[in-house]
This record gives sequence, structure tokens and C-alpha cells, in this order.
Amino acid sequence: MQMPTPDTHILDRKATIAARLRQVLPVDAVVTEPSETRAYECDALTAYRCPPLLVVLPETTKEVSAVLRICYEEGVPVVPRGAGTSLAGGALPTADCVILGVAKMNDVLETDYDNRFIRVQTGRTNLSVTGAVEEAGFFYAPDPSSQLACAIAGNIAMNSGGAHCLKYGVTTNNLMGVTMVMMDGEIVEIGGAHLDAAGLDLLGVICGSEGQLGVVTEATLRILHKPEGARPILIGFDSNEVAGACVSDIIKAGVLPVAIEFMDRPCIEACEAFAQAGYPMCEALLIVEVEGSEAEISHQLGLISEIAGRHNPVELREATDSDEAARIWLGRKSAFGAMGQINDYMCLDGTIPVSTLPEVLRKIGELSAQYGLKVANVFHAGDGNMHPLILFDANKPGDLELCEAMGADVLKLCVEVGGCLTGEHGVGVEKRDLMTAQYTSEDLEAQLNVKDVFDPKWLLNPAKVFPLEVTTPRRSRVLEQRT
Amino acid sequence: MTMYQPNSEQDLADLLRDADAPLAVQGGATRGVNIAGAPLSTCALNGVRLYEPGALTLVAGAGTPLPEVEVLLAAENQRLAFEPSDLRGLLGTDGIPTLGGAIATNTSGPRRIQSGAARDFLLGVRFVDGMGQIIKNGGRVMKNVTGYDLVKLMAGSHGTLGVLSEVSLKVLPSPECSGTLIWENLDWQASLAIFSAALNSPYDVTGAARLPAFGERPAQTLIRVEGFEASVSYRLSELSGHLKTIAQSAEMTMDVVRNAQLWRSVRDVEPFVGKEGDLWRSSIKPGNMPAFVAALDGEHMIDWAGGLIWSLVPKGRDVRAALNGFGGHCTLLRGAHHLLRFQPEPAPLAALSAGLRKKFDPRGILNVGLMG
Ligand SMILES: Cc1cc2nc3c(=O)[nH]c(=O)nc-3n(C[C@H](O)[C@H](O)[C@H](O)COP(=O)(O)OP(=O)(O)OC[C@H]3O[C@@H](n4cnc5c(N)ncnc54)[C@H](O)[C@@H]3O)c2cc1C
Repeated sequence: MQMPTPDTHILDRKATIAARLRQVLPVDAVVTEPSETRAYECDALTAYRCPPLLVVLPETTKEVSAVLRICYEEGVPVVPRGAGTSLAGGALPTADCVILGVAKMNDVLETDYDNRFIRVQTGRTNLSVTGAVEEAGFFYAPDPSSQLACAIAGNIAMNSGGAHCLKYGVTTNNLMGVTMVMMDGEIVEIGGAHLDAAGLDLLGVICGSEGQLGVVTEATLRILHKPEGARPILIGFDSNEVAGACVSDIIKAGVLPVAIEFMDRPCIEACEAFAQAGYPMCEALLIVEVEGSEAEISHQLGLISEIAGRHNPVELREATDSDEAARIWLGRKSAFGAMGQINDYMCLDGTIPVSTLPEVLRKIGELSAQYGLKVANVFHAGDGNMHPLILFDANKPGDLELCEAMGADVLKLCVEVGGCLTGEHGVGVEKRDLMTAQYTSEDLEAQLNVKDVFDPKWLLNPAKVFPLEVTTPRRSRVLEQRT
Repeated sequence: MTMYQPNSEQDLADLLRDADAPLAVQGGATRGVNIAGAPLSTCALNGVRLYEPGALTLVAGAGTPLPEVEVLLAAENQRLAFEPSDLRGLLGTDGIPTLGGAIATNTSGPRRIQSGAARDFLLGVRFVDGMGQIIKNGGRVMKNVTGYDLVKLMAGSHGTLGVLSEVSLKVLPSPECSGTLIWENLDWQASLAIFSAALNSPYDVTGAARLPAFGERPAQTLIRVEGFEASVSYRLSELSGHLKTIAQSAEMTMDVVRNAQLWRSVRDVEPFVGKEGDLWRSSIKPGNMPAFVAALDGEHMIDWAGGLIWSLVPKGRDVRAALNGFGGHCTLLRGAHHLLRFQPEPAPLAALSAGLRKKFDPRGILNVGLMG
């Protein structure tokens, strides 16, 4: 992975910069020892690592502001970091950067059930947001599988999704406001407890901007009352095509499940071996979950069974109690873990139009044969967000590169059929160079222009999202100004 | 004055590239705003390009008439879930509302509180910026985090960043049935309590509004649920029982015509049609609704569980003064006024917005001065 050459001027000034930061932060909030900064050398895309210049761990928005002001004056790049679970290398440092971690900022600032929102510091983990409102019967809807670890900060930066977003939407649909610190230290408030923007939808463009427009320190999130209950049904098919057609028929019939998950044979086999969930051995499995009262659930599951029945399923298993429901979800939830047991894997997340599912799965099969790498597919089928897991051996020289080349081909395929490179994990460094497969230079220029407005010096997470050669003129401005 | 009506995206791009004077961008011109410059209509950029009911996706030219889209969707038992308002009656305009216009104004009806705004259903855009460059962002798939989300930025940008040529939308199934609980003559505080308790229940409320008294009819506080028939009737009775502690004797209706009429009335702000006065639309924290309306004279219609207030006030009244530190914002929809239509933003946000406009429309020719 190519990263910009570290700025030697900054490397030389490390001690001075650290001293300035210590003046505005508690002593232990500035981490400079290489043995300690190493903990921040990568995120969940562990193939790429680089210890940062130093790490700061502020506790308040004011401290974040003071840090950014200093970095702005010094011309030091800043990489914001939540919990470091990005699968795209979004939080990957450069040797000349300051990692600004918000992990210590995890307070609940306000819970307001009457107006259905919670305001938190963004270092708070996704699951503990729901944890804070659960007793009152509420939940925060976006539920990435990493929700135990990942922070709201990263969720906002990546516009993260989850299994239940078919009904509840992704982060951007549940985010009402933010407190954000601009690169020059200015603190701005956008949105809040009311709906929609007064003017341009700045919140909409901040969500999903991968830490490149500002550091988000506080967030107002929409919370919802829990439904009375939820129950899944498991349906097995002997071909991917038929499973795809069944998904489409369920949606056309007007049932709107909260989740429709899809697994193919390699994935079913691995999950079964790992978790013994009792899955049938077949070509394709659907897990469909609906919500409501007992009667409503039975009614909807009845409709779904009837539709599935028309497609000759090899198995149809309706959960009758919470035990059975848990067993149905068990295999799916352990999919990543199961794959990790077998091999190293790379998880893609291209999205495709649901109607192209059979074609895309067939072509992924062909690519798998061509590259000699196994692939297992788990898939948010309701919204076309694929998760092909390409298996490789990190200890085998050349295997990672082979896997990456195959990954790139799969993602280009997603774009060709009318989809996109990433549905929820973000571009980061991983898919940076593929951006030109989806966007023209005018399309990219329009996005770069947005960054120019928010961060004219290009100091915030500058080496991400866009191909390096596209951003070079903008990134080198700071250097030129100095000389 | 000449009216420009490009026939293709390329025509639109040529027109904008060569333009040397301000243009007033319009879809069906149903908003009745006066903007300097020659009118530029998107009406000829019309037609549905793709509709896949099984994937809940629709792609259409920005100038496609909304009614055409609604008829097409209805044939497959689907709909635009953000329930776009038709404000022609209210604003005294004619013309046919377009899909692009609904998106550019981010117009959303009563279902906003449950399913989201227009911006939440917008999957992708194609537009031409103020320099005549054709730009796309997003796509036609439901999940997409590839690069910055200019889709959201374009929704609600009122034609000030570019002229939309094509939009992709997520559509949703139409429910089998709708049902409404109706209380008469509840005051602001009691209505708010009803809204709050209803939304803080597991019953998936899709509308919470209060219509003002109208002729013979008393003020009505409304709660709507939608879904399969058995489920709607179950939830209505659960809700009605649950809300008894706040207000007695709600009427319950599952009548198709009545439900359609009630919620159209809220969506299109029918109680204020043909009435004199300045018309404002305010988005606030729901809990502040009683204090906000108490600080104003005039009439008010409440939507979004208290979060959206349509106010008809004496000419020249500054409704924004009633915000009084609450947060939120007020937009002037009708009325000759010294005040700006859009609420001025705090300085740092205004600077960001101005910066974005300068990038997307460096010559300042698109709907100049409309948003600030
Ligand atoms: C096992 C596993 C399962 C996963 N499942 C899902 C899933 O189901 N759905 C999904 O969407 N993702 C999933 N992810 C990806 C990841 O968890 C998400 O992208 C998550 O939102 C990242 O959050 P984080 O706090 O760890 O962010 P980090 O990894 O720390 O950072 C991510 C990005 O956010 C930026 N950032 C961090 N903090 C801030 C801030 N305060 N202000 C501005 N920018 C900031 C960073 O610069 C970086 O670009 C999964 C990851 C793993 C490892």
C-alpha cells in the first residue's frame, strides 16, 4: 500500500510538537513512546501498519479543539480514530501524523425519551448507546456486527450499517446532529433535536466523510422504542437463483422484514462446522426476520412461508421460541469467526442491484476458480450489500497480493452491474485506487471541492478515500507554503 | 423573458456552461418563489428510466411529474414513503410537481417521523453544476458509502448547487391498510403528551399530527398506524387503551377514504388553504411546541409529533423570534417580507455553505440569493 512520504520537517519537530500538545492536555493524554504508539499502528485492516508520530487522547471537545489548533499551525496531518475497527484502513496512520483518538470521550450527555434522542460523546461504543436506553425500552437502530467494539465516531465517519438497516436505515438516517471540531480548531454545532437542516444538509455530507472534514466529538442520535418482539425464519434452497427470486417476491408482496440475510454453500458449511447451528446443507440459505406482536409475527411469517413454498425450498424452519431463534442467528453471527478459523480472509462489501444477484454470484465463482482462491458469501440480501470473504494464506508469499487483485475484480464487477465499491465499510486506503472505476474525474473533483471547503490545508486524514495521484496537488500545498 | 427547457442532460450542461446571467431553476414551478433570472425548467428531462419493484428501486428524470411516478408505483402496490406534500393549494400556484422538485426541496410529509425524509430515500443523483459539468454521486443501490455523500447535499439544496437531471430513489411497499385515532379539542400540551406516549410505544406510529379547528369541525389530534389489516386494528386498540390516561374517548377509523382525506389534509396543510396571512414552517424539538406556539398569535397546524409547525400569522410577524434559544429553524413559505425565506445560519455554518456554493456555482448563477 503506497502512502505519502513522511514529511521530515514534522518528524524532526516531534519533541516540540509533543511539548506544545502537553500544554493543552493532561500529561498522560499525549503518547509518544514507540512501544505505546505501536498499539495504534493499524485498524482492523491489519495487513497495513505504520506507527504514528504520536497519539493524543483528549477528553473534551475543548481539548480536541486545542489539539487541532496546534496541528493546524504546525501543518501536521491528523488521523481521527474511534475504536480502530475499520476494515478499510480508514484509521491507518502515516509516520508523520498525529492520531487523535476519541476513546476516552464516552459519556452520555443527555437522554431525552420524550423527544426520542440521546446525545453522547462519540468515543462511546455503538452497543453501549443502546445499553444506555435499553431499560426504558429503547434502542439505537444501526447495528454493525462490530457493535460491541466500534465507536459512534467511526460509525458516523463510515456511515455504518447493520443487519437491521433494511427497516431502520443506516447511520445517516439515524443521526440528528453533531458537534464537530474543524481542522483550525473552530467548534461547530450542526443539527440537533429537531429534524432536517435549515439550509444545506451539511450533516448529510459529514456522515460518511471518513474523518476528512472535521473531528466529530458529540452526536445527537435518534432512539426508537423496541418492537414487542421479533422472530426469524430460515429457508434453504438448492440454487442461488431461486433464493434470489424468493427475496424479490417477499419484497414485492409488501412484507418488509427487518432483515434478510443470505449465505451460500461455502459459508453455510464453514458456519456449521464452527457453530453447529444445525443448518441444512444446501446451496443457499435465507434468514428472514420480522417484528411485531406475536400475532403480527405469525401473520408475516405465514406470508413469507407461503411465498417461499412456491420456490420449492429444501428446508423451511420457523423459530417457535427464543431458543430456536437464537440458533437460527447463531451460524450467521459467527460467519466471520468461522472463516477466521479456516484461514485468513479479506472481507469485501460491494453492493449490487438485488436483481443481479445470481449473475454476480456466478461470476464470483468463476473469479474464484481463476485465482485459485476460495470465496464464501454472506450477504444483506434485502439491500444488495454483499460480503464476499476471500480466503488466503497470509504466510504464503504473494497470496495477499493475489487476494487483493481478486478483490478488486469482484468490486469492479459490482460497479459494472450497477452497484458500488462499498456499501458500509468505507473506502479508506483499501479501495482508494478503485474510485476511478466508479467515478469520473468530474465526479471526484466535486467531492474534493467539498474537502477544500472544510479543510483547505488538507490536513485531516489526507491520504484516504481518493487515489493519491488525484490528491497530490492539494496535499502538497502545505509543503509548498512552508518552503 | 425566455424560458429555457433543455431536452437532455447534455443540453442542460451546454446551457449552463454558456450561461452568462442568473437562472431561476424550476421543476413544475409549484413553489411560487420569485428568483432573479431567466427561468430554467427541468420539465423536459422526464421519464422513468428504471423501475424494479422487487428491488424497491426507481430511477427517473428530474422533471418527471410526481403524479406519473405515483401512478406507476401504485400499480405495483408501492409508493414514495416520504409522502411528499402538494402545496399548490396552499401557495396558490398551479403547474405539476416534479420528482426533482420534491428532492431539491427535501419535502416530506407526516411519515417523516417514522420512515424518514426525501433525503433518506434518495439513492443517487446526476446533476449539472454551475460550470456546466455533469456530475453523478451515489447510485441505484440501497447501501453506498463510496466517497462523500453528495446525494444528501443535493437533497434540499433548492437548486443552488446544481440542476438535478436524474434521481434514483428507494421506494416502499404500500401497506394493506391505515388506521387513525382521533381526539377532539385537545390543547397543545395534551396533544404533545399523546404524541410522545404514542411514539414511545412499540406500535410503530407513522403519523402524529394536530389539525386546527376548521369551520364546524373542532381541532383534531391524530395518531396513525399502517400495515396489515389485523395488525392495524390490534395496534389501534392497544394504543387507544395505552393513551386513555392522557385523554379519553378517541375515535378510531380504518375507513380508507377517511384516512386518505385526513392525512392528505395534514400533508398538504389544507386547513390554511385560501387564508390570509404569512405562512411559516418551523422545525423544532417536539417538546418545545407548546411554548413556541404560545409565543405567537395566529393559527398553527402541528405535524411530526410536535416537531413541525405550520403557522399562519399576521403579515410581517417574525416567527423566528419565538424560537427564543430553542434551536431549530423557521422557513417563510408565503408572504412579502423583509426577512429571508431561509433562516440565517450561525456564522461558521453560513461560511461552509457559502464555500460550497462558491465551489459548485463559482459564477453565482443558480437560484441566486434563494438560500442566503
Ligand atoms: C468483525 C467486524 C465486523 C464489522 N461489521 C460491520 C458491519 O456489520 N457494518 C459496518 O458498517 N461495518 C462493520 N465493520 C467495520 C467497522 O466496525 C465500522 O466501519 C465502524 O464504524 C468503525 O468504527 P471505529 O470506531 O472502530 O472507527 P475507526 O476504525 O477508529 O475509524 C474509522 C474511520 O472513522 C474516522 N474517525 C474516527 N473517529 C472520528 C471522529 N471522531 N471524527 C471524525 N472521523 C473519525 C477515522 O479517521 C476512520 O477514517 C466491521 C468490522 C469488524 C472488524
